[in-house]
Amino acid sequence: METLNSLTPELWRLLLAIIGIVVVVFGNALVMGYLERKLAGHFQCRTGPMEVGFHGILQLIVDGVKLMGKQLVVPAQADKKLFMLAPMLSFAPVFLPLLVIPFSDKLQGFDLDVGLLFILAIASINVLAILVGGWGSNNKYSLFGAFRSVAQNVAYEIPMLIALLAVVFMTNTFSLRGIVEAQNVWFVFLQPVAFLIYLVAMVAETNRAPFDLPEAESELTAGFHTEYSGMGFSLFMIAEYTNMFIVCSIATVFFLGGTSGIPLPYFEYTGALWFFAKVYLLMFFLVWIRWTYPRTRFDQLMNLCWKYLIPFSLINLLITVVVVKL
Amino acid sequence: MKAYFTDLFTGAWSLIVGLKVTFKALISPVVTVQYPRVKNEVTPNYRGHIDLVKDAETGSHRCITCGSCMRECPSGCIVVDGEKREGVKGKALTVFTLDFTKCSLCGACVEVCPTQALDYSQEYELAGSAREDFHYDLLKRVEERE
Repeated sequence: METLNSLTPELWRLLLAIIGIVVVVFGNALVMGYLERKLAGHFQCRTGPMEVGFHGILQLIVDGVKLMGKQLVVPAQADKKLFMLAPMLSFAPVFLPLLVIPFSDKLQGFDLDVGLLFILAIASINVLAILVGGWGSNNKYSLFGAFRSVAQNVAYEIPMLIALLAVVFMTNTFSLRGIVEAQNVWFVFLQPVAFLIYLVAMVAETNRAPFDLPEAESELTAGFHTEYSGMGFSLFMIAEYTNMFIVCSIATVFFLGGTSGIPLPYFEYTGALWFFAKVYLLMFFLVWIRWTYPRTRFDQLMNLCWKYLIPFSLINLLITVVVVKL
Repeated sequence: MKAYFTDLFTGAWSLIVGLKVTFKALISPVVTVQYPRVKNEVTPNYRGHIDLVKDAETGSHRCITCGSCMRECPSGCIVVDGEKREGVKGKALTVFTLDFTKCSLCGACVEVCPTQALDYSQEYELAGSAREDFHYDLLKRVEERE
């Protein structure tokens, strides 16, 4: 009780924020896992999960229990320490970026001046986790998946950063709340090229189809997580869904006006409804393109990045800088 | 340089067309059914294993125990036998079995039957745990059928 009383209001707020973030991470993984399978079904004129609960709504909970009950198999001759470390390395950092995302005017862990840099720095740890997992598995498919993931993520971080930089030049701040507040007009209308480039780079950064080369089922079994079973696999999956949530949140903050929308009562809190609506619309788009496009070949992937995205993002940045200066 | 921009625009256009195709699929009705609980109607052209036809007039099978099907069968999977009974013209059918483990579904028996006593059934749920499960007594089947 002594320690509880000694907590300052600011610490209480942070504690609540962290609890909220844990809820968002697991809730998002459940919702997206269900939505993805349901949408995948309907994109193919099937029904998707139907058996557990009303229209299969409890399917993901049952799956979670199953995954928890499964044995963690470590392959013989795998690097056991790295093998066990990788899922945690992938899963643990995904909580941090959510701390600085402004869900609404008042619902934000804390507003960092360098919020964007913070998110991008933390998000890039995932590449390391994939590399460690692929290397530690002692499996050729895992290793190939990891190699591809590193090449792809390093390449696509460049256009992503440059596209976001154009917005930063317009708002003069790295703080996510500052960027939301600076948007009288949604930046998607002022920076359409940057938005498109970010959209492509965001799909590649989250390793999702059509850029899912690190886990290409038809070539690499399951890529870097071939050898993972039970919770090792599900930690990777939760991390992937949370990374989707994070990149969609950045897109919402930078291009879709964050919480802005039709005013509701108690808008400093209920603005989060608009925020989540926009994020999940983008998530729906991610699922949509996953079930539309075939996987790119590796050279096509690199061509798209180096020949199209990077030149266009640089030109876009140049024009933005000139216009802002004028 | 021209090819670069043509590629860009035709590529982007094809992506949009692709999205349109899948979105149409998303809003179109579901075509699958939840199988064990809901079943699709079997097409009349479906050729399952053979079955004796139940004659609508006599309420019995039409087999005259000629044994043509047994002789015609390339896999030798049909056994037909009959006996002479008092007051019945010709032979009365006593045994008509099909060993479906050997049947190749060629349909020669159906073609050769002089009285059209054989036809294809609509059975498709054919899981079994022993090979004896696929030794069908077609005479019993036709008597049990309403």
